[in-house]
Amino acid sequence: MENTKAAAGKKKRGFARHHREDLIGKIYTYVCVLMLIVVIVAIVYFVASKGLTTFFRDGVSPIEFLFGTHWSPDADTAAFGALPFIAGSFVVSLLAALVAGPLSICAALFMTEIVPGKGKRILQPVIELLSGIPSVVYGFIGLTVLVPFISALTGGNSLGYGVGAGALVLSVMILPTITSIAADALASLPRGLREASYALGATRWQTIYRVILPTLAPSLWTGVILGIARAFGEALAVQMVIGNAPFLPNSLLTSASTLTSVITLNMTNTSTGSVQNNVLWSMALMLLFMTFVFIIIVRLLQRRNKL
Amino acid sequence: MKSKKTLFGTLTLSAMLALTACGGNSGSTAAPATEPTTGSTATPAANEQPADATVSGEILAVGSTALQPLVDQVGQKFMTENAEVTVQVQGGGSGTGLTQVSEGAANIGNSDVFAEEKLEADKAAELVDHQVAVVAMATVVNKDTGVTNLTKQQLLDVFSGKVTNWKDVGGADQKITIVNRPSSSGTRATFEKYALGEKVENVAGSIEQDSSGTVKQIVADTKGAVGYLAFSYLDDTVTALSYDGVEPTEENVQSGDYPIWAYEHMYTKGEPDGATKAFLDYFMTEEVQNADVTELGYIPVSSMKVTRDAEGKVSK
Amino acid sequence: MNAKTADKLATGVIIFFAVLIVAILGGLLGFILIRGISHIDWHFLTSPSQNFKAGGGIGPQLFNSLFLLVLTMIITVPLGLGGGIYMAEYAKENKLTGFIRLVVEVLSSFPSIVVGLFGLLLFVNTFGFGYSLLSGAIALAIFNLPLMVRITEQAFRAVPREQKEAGLALGLSKWKIITSILLPVALPSLITGTILAAGRVFGEAAALLFTSGMTTPPLDFTDWNPLHARSPINPMRSAETLAVHIWKVNSEARIPDARDVSAGASAVLVIMVLVFNLAARWFGRFVYRKITASKQIN
Repeated sequence: MENTKAAAGKKKRGFARHHREDLIGKIYTYVCVLMLIVVIVAIVYFVASKGLTTFFRDGVSPIEFLFGTHWSPDADTAAFGALPFIAGSFVVSLLAALVAGPLSICAALFMTEIVPGKGKRILQPVIELLSGIPSVVYGFIGLTVLVPFISALTGGNSLGYGVGAGALVLSVMILPTITSIAADALASLPRGLREASYALGATRWQTIYRVILPTLAPSLWTGVILGIARAFGEALAVQMVIGNAPFLPNSLLTSASTLTSVITLNMTNTSTGSVQNNVLWSMALMLLFMTFVFIIIVRLLQRRNKL
Repeated sequence: MKSKKTLFGTLTLSAMLALTACGGNSGSTAAPATEPTTGSTATPAANEQPADATVSGEILAVGSTALQPLVDQVGQKFMTENAEVTVQVQGGGSGTGLTQVSEGAANIGNSDVFAEEKLEADKAAELVDHQVAVVAMATVVNKDTGVTNLTKQQLLDVFSGKVTNWKDVGGADQKITIVNRPSSSGTRATFEKYALGEKVENVAGSIEQDSSGTVKQIVADTKGAVGYLAFSYLDDTVTALSYDGVEPTEENVQSGDYPIWAYEHMYTKGEPDGATKAFLDYFMTEEVQNADVTELGYIPVSSMKVTRDAEGKVSK
Repeated sequence: MNAKTADKLATGVIIFFAVLIVAILGGLLGFILIRGISHIDWHFLTSPSQNFKAGGGIGPQLFNSLFLLVLTMIITVPLGLGGGIYMAEYAKENKLTGFIRLVVEVLSSFPSIVVGLFGLLLFVNTFGFGYSLLSGAIALAIFNLPLMVRITEQAFRAVPREQKEAGLALGLSKWKIITSILLPVALPSLITGTILAAGRVFGEAAALLFTSGMTTPPLDFTDWNPLHARSPINPMRSAETLAVHIWKVNSEARIPDARDVSAGASAVLVIMVLVFNLAARWFGRFVYRKITASKQIN
């Protein structure tokens, strides 16, 4: 009798302790997750409210901002056409993906199809190190090696600063992003698929080209899109080599600007609250918006992948 | 086995620490910690005899990255002489400096340009200008262009893209490549205002660089390149051009003959007092003007024979 | 062209590209180290930077980078740990979890410059922290948080279910199971992931330009009172990190030896990242062995 009572009491206390411990755990983790949500809402809210001031308070027309090609914020009749920068961002990141995409997919194929095992042991650390090199270091190398090199290639007729230099620097920076996603996708491919193809007498290249790549297309595109997204948001490395002139990019050798490079160069030189400053926030909002677009594309690709 | 146990002990401990840290963070990020810099605690002590009166307080000067090294250096000297004062100097650009001093977040706003050019008129009117140095600039060209002098009109033609070859302004047959500065840069504002006389748009094929070192290097290395640099950067790797026949020398700037120069400003909101006033006064003494100011490549304000106001009117 | 030739050609191209990537890395590392290491000496690593003259060092910048890293991790690790544990242990498969997953994904895709601008707006201006280590640390923490959440979630999910069931059989509370059974097992991968994340923080610059600022006040390395303006560990002072310094000397600075300084600083930065990389591997393995007293499998 006594014994069972004591045992019950013990059990009760045990439950209470359990409950308390679990409560602590729950509160702690819930608060942390709440912080994540608060942060993201705050970022979107603050950047959007500041970025929209340009249009609602300063009276800059959104049409001019998005499609105007004339950028002259300090002139007496100021013009705020940001199309050159929007286009610049797109051009350099797409070009970077054009260079890095095939390279990365080949690297991934090398790791999984050509030299499985050993290839991964060699390339994996290389890719990780490439992704670990800070972006300013890429910018610095671009500035001291790539820019003079491009200038020399053209016989000194161009300065070397420009869209081409920016795209090349970015392509090396997004190589690791695309490669690791492509490699993961290749590794997840069921063995049977390859074997079936080989059994039919297909060569390795036929297997890759006809079976593997089409099957994995959505995943590979996901990698490429994420690479573009990274290139789109990269700031300092591009700013150091692109030349920063406010013009629509029209050749690989002419200097242009991206959204990020204009923000970097002018944010602290303009005074808070001025239209010259607010319009930079509109560009930041544009960057945010594009982040969402890229994520939506990636989600759509993933959905296709499941089917 | 023993080490295993201690490790587990450490783990539980660190988990607990992590927990408390998380709670603490999530709760208190909004509450600003003790803020030692904003809001001058300067005591308005005996302004009348600055020589031996002890001043104390904290001075925060924010703004122009170009001016920051000078203010930093003078601030350190000031601190060794006034142990009770702390001078903190931050870069961040002229725009940031003017905004922060105007909002009261900084005691001094460092700027390369007149406040009227960056702030709205009513906000600019609240600020008091302290011109501490003069920075003069020269147009620089690659040594092979064969040009040593340009008139104001020729310079404007070059920078507005009307002239695209050096032979049209008396030089070699070389394409002109312009190395400009970002549109918000104080250096560019000065150059456009006092050398070109008007704001010009970028010419296709030009590039924008913020760093004087990079501008100098590009101009030195590129055929037909033209840019502009502060006097302190000039050396024999580039050719500094005369302007309307006047050579870019300190004497010509001081006499007012050579017009491409600007003040370096330190703005305060209202008249300064206490430590801020003492610091700005110290800035104007001979031991700063003829030492640090010239050492860092500026021209002392005291040596100028002319003055100029925000509208650009020059008076002797 | 028959199938065999096409196969050989394609294989050749793929191998060529793989070799090219290795060559690119080799070239990059070789260039940075060869160009930079000759500038690195004790003087360079410890003396303050110069504004106008040649011969400046990177002492304060190096210190700032390390100190900022510590501050950032103090904020990120507990928050990321909590978020990751939630995702791995508490989250049910429902809409809310899907939403939180989306939040993590979006947050990790934000360009770092946008996070920096947000920091400028909220911490530097609205909260009045000014350009300070604190503002920089919070911005970097935001930037790093999603990665930390992911690392934690993966580490916890990788723990064998039997371990958890053993805990349940012992009648332990869920939280007790998490902290005393799952956490120790997950710890090696947590530490590895954290150190790798730290490497990323160490090289970040765009988010810091507008938060921790581009200048460092003169520091007094004998004064360790965090409330003093010249103390190196005052969290309210502005601080230029190594990565920001490289950017600044290349795009705004006035020192004549900008290229040499940035070469040296780049080499230091890359060496630090290499050290973080190796340390992550080594430490993860070390802890794993300590805890399990067994050989590592993967």
